[in-house]
This record gives sequence, C-alpha cells and structure tokens, in this order.
Amino acid sequence: MTTLAAAPGAPAGTPTAPGRTARAPLARLRRTFGISGILAGVFLLAVLVLAVAAPLLAPADPNAQSLLDSYAGPSSAHLLGADGIGRDILSRLVFGSRTSLLGPALVVSISLLVGIPLALLAAWYGGLVDATVARVFDLVYALPGLLLAVLAVALFGPGLTPAVAALSIAYVPFLARIVRAAALQQRNSPYVDALAVQGFGVVRITVRHILRNIAPVVLGQAAIAFGYALLDLASLSYLGLAVQAPTSDWGVMVSDSDALMKGYWLPVLAPGVLIVLCVLSLTVLGARISGERPQSYLRLRRGATKRSTTKPSTTKGAGA
Amino acid sequence: MTSSSPGGSDPLRATPDGTAAATAHPATAAPLLELSGLTVRLAVEDGSRAVLDGIDLSLAPGEALGLVGESGSGKSMTVRAVTRLLPGGAEVDGTVRFEGQDVNAMSGPELRAYRDRGVGMIFQDPRAHINPTRRIGAFLTEALIRNRGTGRREAEARAAAVLAEVGIDSPERRLRQYPHELSGGMLQRVMIASVLLAEPRLILADEPTTALDVTIQAEVVGILDRLRRERGMGMVFITHDLDLALAVCRRVAVMYAGRIVEVREAEELHRRAAHPYTLGLLGSRPSIDERADRLDAIPGRPVSAFESGPGCAFADRCAHVQPVCREERPELEPFQGGLVRCHRVAEIHSRQDQEASA
Amino acid sequence: MTNSPDVSTPDLSTSDAVSVAGLSKVFRVPAGKGGQTRHTAVDEVSFRVPAGGSLGIVGESGSGKTTVARMLVGLERPSAGGIAVLGRDRTAPARWAGERNRRARELQIVFQDPYTSLDPSQSARSAVQEVLRHHSGRQGTGRAGDRSAGGGLTAERLLDQVGLTERQSLARPRDLSGGQRQRVAIARALAAEPKVLILDEAVSALDVSIQAQILNLLADIRTETGIAYLLISHDLAVVRQLCDTVLVLRRGRVVEQGDCGAVLDDPAEDYTRALRSAVPVPGWQPPNARV
Repeated sequence: MTTLAAAPGAPAGTPTAPGRTARAPLARLRRTFGISGILAGVFLLAVLVLAVAAPLLAPADPNAQSLLDSYAGPSSAHLLGADGIGRDILSRLVFGSRTSLLGPALVVSISLLVGIPLALLAAWYGGLVDATVARVFDLVYALPGLLLAVLAVALFGPGLTPAVAALSIAYVPFLARIVRAAALQQRNSPYVDALAVQGFGVVRITVRHILRNIAPVVLGQAAIAFGYALLDLASLSYLGLAVQAPTSDWGVMVSDSDALMKGYWLPVLAPGVLIVLCVLSLTVLGARISGERPQSYLRLRRGATKRSTTKPSTTKGAGA
Repeated sequence: MTSSSPGGSDPLRATPDGTAAATAHPATAAPLLELSGLTVRLAVEDGSRAVLDGIDLSLAPGEALGLVGESGSGKSMTVRAVTRLLPGGAEVDGTVRFEGQDVNAMSGPELRAYRDRGVGMIFQDPRAHINPTRRIGAFLTEALIRNRGTGRREAEARAAAVLAEVGIDSPERRLRQYPHELSGGMLQRVMIASVLLAEPRLILADEPTTALDVTIQAEVVGILDRLRRERGMGMVFITHDLDLALAVCRRVAVMYAGRIVEVREAEELHRRAAHPYTLGLLGSRPSIDERADRLDAIPGRPVSAFESGPGCAFADRCAHVQPVCREERPELEPFQGGLVRCHRVAEIHSRQDQEASA
Repeated sequence: MTNSPDVSTPDLSTSDAVSVAGLSKVFRVPAGKGGQTRHTAVDEVSFRVPAGGSLGIVGESGSGKTTVARMLVGLERPSAGGIAVLGRDRTAPARWAGERNRRARELQIVFQDPYTSLDPSQSARSAVQEVLRHHSGRQGTGRAGDRSAGGGLTAERLLDQVGLTERQSLARPRDLSGGQRQRVAIARALAAEPKVLILDEAVSALDVSIQAQILNLLADIRTETGIAYLLISHDLAVVRQLCDTVLVLRRGRVVEQGDCGAVLDDPAEDYTRALRSAVPVPGWQPPNARV
C-alpha cells in the first residue's frame, strides 16, 4: 500500500512542469476533482476527523444511559436528542463512525493486499496464469458478498471479524479486475518493453512503474469499494450479524426499530443519512480519482495525442 | 477527359492585389474555394488558443493544391474549417467561400448539401472512418440511397463500377465484405471510391497515404490523381511530405504555426524555394540517392500559432533572424513568381546569388 | 553479399556486433471456427552487423522487421535459428538476472513511438538515473567500463549529449515534444552503455525537421562511441543516411542484402526496385498520372 500513497495528487501535482504557469492550489484541486469531488473529500475528511478524535469531540459517553432522557428531543443537553434508553445520539454517531469506518477499511485493505498481486501476476504473465486467475475471480464475483457474509456468520457466529473476512474475499474480484485491466494496458506499453530490455526484473517493473502509473485507478476503485463495504457492513449490523448491539455503530443504530415504531425518527434517520452521504461521497471521489471527469472536447492537451492518430475527436495540439 | 486542370498555374491568385494574376490568366474562372483571413481560435480550459492565423488561399476548379507542414502548422485545422468540422467552442474569423458561397453562413440544409455534393474527405486512417460493423456495399451506397434517392440496385452497380475504377478486383464480392477483411491500402481505395461516388467538386485529402506502405502509397496516389484529373475535381492535398506534395500537386502552400509562409508552383518550389523554412524542410530530408555528411537540420521544434510571438513565427529557428523578425509580423508578399512571408527574403537571396556568381 | 542461409547457428567466433543465422518466427494465429493457423513472420533470416557497423533492415508492413528486432532484444522467442551478440549466444531467454543485465549492457533498443516508450510518471533524468543505478557496480562487458571509469557517466552528461536542457530533463514526458521524448529514449538506451543499438523506426514518427536533428545526433553518437546500429525502417532515405549495409525484407524473407549504396543505386531484385521507385523524389510522378 505504501506505493499508493503518492498517487491522489499525481494528476495535478506537477510542480516541475515547464511552460505551465503556477496556479493557485485551490484552482488546481478544482480542476482535478471538480466541485463535487472537493465537497465529497471535505465531508469524508470531516468524518475521518470525527472517528479519530471521537473521545475529544463527543459531548457525552456514548454508552451512558439515563432513562429519564428516553427519546428526548434535541436540546442543549442532547443536540440530536437521545435514544430509547437515554443515550446521547450525537455521541453515539461520533463513536459509531469508528466501527463504521474500521470495518470497510479492513475489507478494502485485505482485498487490495490479496487482489493487487494476483491482478499484476495475471496481467504480466497472461496466458494460462491470466485465464486461471480470471476464472477464480469470475467464480467469486458470482457470489453476492452479503450472502457470503451471512454464510460466514452462520458458521462462526455473529461479529465483525467473520463479516469482514467474508466481505474481503468477496471484494477481491471487484478491485482486482480493474487493476488487471489497467495493468494490462501498461504491460503492453513499449516503455515496459524498454524496461525489460534494460534488464529490470518483473517485480521492479510492476511495482515501481506499472503500479505507480495505475495508482489513481486503484485508489478510485478502492474508494468506491469502501463505500459499498460500508453499506454491506451496515446492512449486516442492521441485521445483527456484524457489530453487536451495545457498541455504537451506524448500522446498529439504524436497526433501532423500537424508536421508529414509537414515532421517533431522529435516532434512525441521523445514522442513515450519514451512511448515505459517506457512500455517495466515496463513489464521487472514487470516480474523480480514477480520472472519470466530464470530458471536454475543447480541452487542448499539448502532445497528448500521437501524431499518427487522426480521429476527428482528438484534441490534438493544432491540426497537422 | 484529359483536360488538364484549368488555371492552377498562378500562385498569386491568393492575394486580392495579385498583379501577376491578371497577366498569367486573364480569364480565370471564379475560384472553387477561397479562404481569406481565416483565423481559428480553439477554446481551452483557460481561454482560447489560435491555431490558424490569417490564412489566404484560393483554389481554382480542377486544381490540385498541396498543403504542407509539420505538427502544429494548422494544415488539418484548415480543412476542418473548410468543412465546418471544427471542435465546439472554436472561434472563426475571416471567410471560407465555396463557389462564392460563405460556408460559415450556410443554413443546415445548405451545409448538408455542401458536405454531400460539394466536398469529399479522405482521411489518413480509413479504418477509423468506416463503420466496422457494416459491409463495404452498405458504406458505399448509403449516401446515394439516402441522400439522392437512387435505387438500391443502381447504387450497387455504381459502387461496383467505382471500385473497379480505383483498381479493386472482383468489386461485387468486395461489396459483401466487411472492412476488417480488407487491407489498409484496399480500405483507402474504398474511401476514395466513396468520395468519387458522391462526385464532389472538391476533394480534401488529409494525409491520405501516411499510414500506407510506399508501394501502396504510390498506387493510391496514382489512382487519386488520375480520377481527379478525369473528373475535373479540385483537391487540397494535405501532407507532411513535401516531395509527395510536389509530385501530386500543381501548386504547394507551405504552412508554419498556423500561417502560410510560402506558396509556389510545385516545379518551382523544389528548385527555387525562397522561405528559410521551406529551404530548411528541403534540407532536412535525407536523400535516397546519396548520403549527406550532415543534414541541414532546423534547430528547435515546430511551434503552433498560439506559441509564436508578435513577429515571424519562424524567427526562433531561423538562421537569418534580425530584430525586425521578432517584432514585426511579415506579410505574404510576391517573390520570384511565388508568395513568401519573410522580411528578409529579398536580402537573403540577393546575397546568395552574389555568392553563387562570385 | 548474401550470407549462406543454411547455417542455423550464428558464428560465435567472429568479433561481429550482431550475428544472426537462420532466424525464424512462427506465430500461431486463431483462424475461423476455433482453429489455428501458423503464420511465418520471419523466415530463415541471416545477417551480421560488424562491430561499429550499421545495418538497415528495410521492409513494408508485414515484412517481419519488427519481429526480428523483438527477437534480438529477447522480447520474442525465436522458433528456429540463432542469435549472437558480441559473440555470445542469446537465442534462449536469459535464465537469471545477471545474464539479463549483461545482455542489457550489450544491446539496447529505441522504439518508434516516443509517446508510449517512456514511463509517463518519470522525468527524463530519473529514467536515465534509474538505468545508470541499475547497471552501476555490476560487471561490465569488458570495454563497457571505459567511459564510466574515465569521466563518470552521469544522467546529466547523457542528457546533455542528446541535446536536452536541464529544464527539459526534469520535465515529465507529457510536457515534452515528440522529438524531445525520443532524445530521452536514446539517452536511456545509452545509459546501459550498449555496444549495439537497435533503432526500431525510431525516427519515423517525428516531424521532418526533428527527424534531421535526431539523424545527425545518431551519427554523432556513433562517431563518438563507436556503437553499432541496427536500423529498422520503411524509409529508404533514412537508411541510406545512417547505414553502411542494408537488408531488404519481404514477407519474412530476405530479398536482398549488401552495401547500402550498391543495393539502393543498383537493386538486383525487382522488389527492391519497386520499393525504390515508389519513393516520391523531386521529379517523381505517381503511376498512371501522366497526362
């Protein structure tokens, strides 16, 4: 994962680029990620800060009960009110961000650790290796992740660990397929041939060159997968299969059907909105990172196209 | 049908005040295509960039004109402007007149008719411009059937006849084939056939043979040239290969950084090129007949119109550069029977003549 | 001038830079209905490049010229025949890293497309430095140590040698023009201090004025270093400018080979003659065009 660290800024950050006037960093950010991407990023950053600094930010102990405050509405004591047993909803949301983010983070990390090497292997060697890996991916891809997770929970009992393990397996093809396709494109580039002729080994070429060049695609897809995993884990927690009840977790909080039946919607709506916003932001940001920008045909990119191409839509320098 | 191209021998017709024009061709017909002061700016992220800067050109009916330049010279942009196929957001100044009609003022139906019967385009990569999922026959007859109301059977007969004319054997069988079954050279002939079927008055050929092998290039160029002459069609032939342009065209315009820097009769250009850039191009090309000790390479790289300063765009690469070249923009002016855009052309050549005679 | 084609092992005893004998490559291509057909891309090709010499391989598309180059650098495995570079056999793929690196220091290649042959995220200098670092401290190929021992071969010197400014050497490929990128590719290949350089259509995609610069540069490098060239090209004029000997390939077979001037001025074979007469030169007229 360390090689990926430099990537998100890569498309924009070219301080040494000659002939390009230095623009305000904000404008450059906007050019790369767009307004929606920046908003998504800011939101996710805020959630991350919430999770990391939860003990500092939460106004109260998330597990402190006070039956007097049962279903209390928003007030200065409880900004978002309290749940059925009088726990502060805002504090539970703040602490809940920890478990809600930890699960998907684990799922994506494990999937990447397993998927990237497999994908690079398949792309580099092609032929039988590629075919075998592709078949295995197809097989796993055919199984819905949630079903796999339910199966794991049935075997090992409810809890975050079996759910995360099962989802990690299920998410490998989702990530690895994209990585393989992107790596394959690089693999067939003459620059990879040139490196091979220079005597560089497979590992060095794939990790130092190919992986570095496809990092935006990997990161983008990882962000999207993170959103899906968050949703899946929230669903499992909602069903009582992943995170267990006393721990604060957004999925668990949404499952508070008791509150709904009594007509108190805030304890359920607040975590629900957070889940939706997180997934949405991750998807938007993921697409932006991997370079899916609304394409403008008007944009001129100097030297971006080969001289031999004549597609009428190319944004080639200037004629010729 | 061997009527040699009428007019066409007069490079000065491009200028409104061309004095030699009157003497050389007193009864010149109205030009088929006339560009005057054509300037194109393309929209980019932060504003717009000039790609063409005041192009003046005219083409007589039946004339073949070569448009030669390196990357960024704007030669492809010129034909795109002629067909009104510029990218969105492009700002166009100056006029493009086809048979006297302003192309940029054409209405929708007029434009369609102009693109259908007025001009035909041949591209560098025919594979990218022919729908791979449809048979050659469908590609060739579509325009006839849809736009002209020709019957299917007649359209196919005509398509087969034209395929035979461009040197494709068993044309009936080819009509039933798909593009991937044909080689690049064959496909380029199909592209030429499709243009011929529409019988346009003007052919715009954009690097039509660059992707082909030399032996195929010779055949394709030969076919194009013969049919063009037989049918009296005008042609703008775009290429980076000066020698090829000289062989195919009567008159050649050399472009640099979105401007025309020299226009001259093909035969003259190769003997008496005047602009330092044209001379540089001729000197850059290695000869097949002998090995040069060193090629007379032009330093630097070709620039686009938007990269050039207020003066002569070639100034930074020119051996004869003077302060005036960087400050003042030279105009396209008559010189030794052609047109040259250079402040110092007379000076340079008189000095060389002196050296030669000394 | 033709080599005897029936020798299937290259002559290892000579001091030739490259010696190729009976080289063939057969590709299996899928045919209709799930079947396969065999396509012979290179068919019994033999040639040699003397040390410091320069051979041009000329051919049209489908002649197999690029396949020959790919076999020489080990990107493709020969189906038959043998390859030796500097008298060392390299017909079989390199088995270990040391062998791979030694081969890299013998023979390098510059590809046609300057836009894809550089890592897009690497500056010119870091690309060259990577190669220098990779080969430094490893055993040279005898004469290879000369330059590095003397003046210390640095990325700066190499990039300067190919005519790149310091600013250009710090730029990423996308901020460089085609000609500048090709200079980077040449510098990167030279960083391994090879004795032979394959130029696979290395100037074909460049603008005419840039092509001349690169051809001059390549001539200078050869004078300075005594490197041998193997130029693969469809352009007879470029071959004439850079090569001593020429080999004409057609559909994988050698049509003709010999001294560059002799073959091009007075071709013995019809195909070479056709190839030559198709090149537009001053006064050339397309066939059928006479009015």
